[in-house]
Amino acid sequence: MLVYLDGVGLCAPGLTGWSASREILAGHEPYLKVPFIRPAPTILSPMDRRRCGNTVLLALQAGQEAIEHAEVDPHDVNTVFSSSDGDMEIIHDLCTTLAQPGCSVSPTRFHNSVHNAAVGYWGIATGSQQASTSLTCYDATFVAGLIESIVQVAEGCRPVLYVAYDWPPPPPLHAKRPLAAAFGVGMLLSPQCTDRSIAVLDIDILNTCTDDVGTMDNAQLEVLRRGNPSARALPLLAAVARRKSDIVILEHLDSGRAKIAVTTHS
Amino acid sequence: MHQSAHTDNPRLVPALLSAYTTVNALGRGVDATYAALRTQCSGLRQCNLPFAKLDTYVGEVKGLDDVCLPPNLSHFDCRNNRLAYLGLQQNGFEQAVARARERHGPNRIAVILGTSTSGVLQTEDAYRLHDSVTGALPESFDFRYTHNFFSVADFVRHVLQLTGPSYVISTACSSSAKVFASAQRLLNQGLCDAAVVGGVDSLCATSLYGFSSLELVAREPCRPADTCRNGISIGEAAGFALLQRTESDTAGDGIVLLGAGESSDAYHMSSPHPEGIGAILAMRRALAHAGLEPHDIEYINLHGTASKINDAVEDRAVNSVFGDKTPCSSTKGWTGHTLGAAGITEAIIAAICIQRGLIPASLNTTQIDPTFTSRIVMNSSEQPVACVMSNSFGFGGNNCSLIFGMNR
Repeated sequence: MLVYLDGVGLCAPGLTGWSASREILAGHEPYLKVPFIRPAPTILSPMDRRRCGNTVLLALQAGQEAIEHAEVDPHDVNTVFSSSDGDMEIIHDLCTTLAQPGCSVSPTRFHNSVHNAAVGYWGIATGSQQASTSLTCYDATFVAGLIESIVQVAEGCRPVLYVAYDWPPPPPLHAKRPLAAAFGVGMLLSPQCTDRSIAVLDIDILNTCTDDVGTMDNAQLEVLRRGNPSARALPLLAAVARRKSDIVILEHLDSGRAKIAVTTHS
Repeated sequence: MHQSAHTDNPRLVPALLSAYTTVNALGRGVDATYAALRTQCSGLRQCNLPFAKLDTYVGEVKGLDDVCLPPNLSHFDCRNNRLAYLGLQQNGFEQAVARARERHGPNRIAVILGTSTSGVLQTEDAYRLHDSVTGALPESFDFRYTHNFFSVADFVRHVLQLTGPSYVISTACSSSAKVFASAQRLLNQGLCDAAVVGGVDSLCATSLYGFSSLELVAREPCRPADTCRNGISIGEAAGFALLQRTESDTAGDGIVLLGAGESSDAYHMSSPHPEGIGAILAMRRALAHAGLEPHDIEYINLHGTASKINDAVEDRAVNSVFGDKTPCSSTKGWTGHTLGAAGITEAIIAAICIQRGLIPASLNTTQIDPTFTSRIVMNSSEQPVACVMSNSFGFGGNNCSLIFGMNR
């Protein structure tokens, strides 16, 4: 299936935005893992920016950059958000409260605990009433969301904003789901070539494939790739950043793979 | 209000529900739900759960403590996956999937399920039992196979031995309605030849105390569309359907998914848009997707949670699309609001209505809110029903309407 990549957003330690990260991912500049700053997507109202947790901010930052990079109106695109675990900081808070006498849960925390909180806030921030979804597939979440996205592009003949994001849980949950670092990526996927298209992606979803999954040459980026389900996108982003045609293999479940032929436009 | 309701999919092939099943507070399997619908017998009972000391009614599935998962899948053990397993064992569902697996191959069948809270009950327990010195959670607590949102689909694909595309959609109370839309797209695009869709949500402290904190939980059994409605009754359920293309030569008569419409409110995390704009869009998109007109729909199964605001907004939205003639009712007075399993539970109720010829009343409703303008059904009737719409609206303003009919 063919889709056009019209915009990218990126938010991770040492990868602050697509334009600032492109040369790093291409291997032309060193990757320096700097302390991560809480994202502050301006698409959210100041009140919601204060109210939302790190996970939502991460997702919206990646989504906002992708939309702006592609110069599309968010009212015209469907949204597919994916996250292995949703907002684990809120799950930690809720479960801590529920373990205490009285179980006095905060109503705002509770409605923000749904897996689709980030895409819900995206809708509130943009006013877009197009279809939106939120999905998960544990470590294979990035490709699962990519499948949903490209199928929506093909069926709906309209662009899809795909955002994948995961923020590490706090202790003690971290010991049970030890994510290495935060990572958020946004991709604006379009059914037709536009003057904003930076790459064409020819994606085959293979349910049985023995090809090795793509990795990162840089050891620290490889740690990031392995350490966060959303960062499994890194080999694809690196191929786009290198501006050369390439084949990228990403993992789905078991022996499932996404085989992506990347042809860059600029 | 000015957005077009244009169809997102002009090449739609209706998908056949070649097998389906439900387990909810009304009992195990489709016949138990049908019997309760016919006899006006609610599944809601006073809450007596060990993990929720609340003065409310719940739609509990009995006997989950006695469900044993297959030994090789015991790491998935939690209330949510026990409920899933119980669901798979009803109505010959496992056997129907096995036949499809033989025919298409395990890697050509997708598993797309919905849940809102998955196995969070395990994490709640783990936090109660944490080490008071180190803060560590118990060794035995397995986050991946119980609480992670994908756990239920991972479990089901292992039970059914399927290796096709799989993921979990978690958009709160629309989760297991949206799985139909996603699976239909996968079928249409040839990424699979069949799909197991469904949803599972189980009672947990997070949902019960969470909805209570929002003052959305009723003390009495919920009363959708009633003047005196004062909140929801939370339930639990598992439901599954096997979807196949109707063009496949194995597809016979039966219930088909004719169309799906999805939209976002873009308004508030836990309150619906006051004008019901998102709900209207979802219903109009479903009609356009199915190539149908409002008068083609003979019954609407409402989201109808019995919350003050949600019911009023849905009534306004239904009236603006359908006027005041189309019979509609919520069946949450029977099952309770099964949250992430509401979409599949009510999809199967829609299938029952078509297959058996039934329009269910709005159970527990004694006096319809006088401000309501759509046609709320007060007395069940047994009559042919060709085409049913089912509405599911979730937190985050996430809306999905489905249309089911008969394949001929």
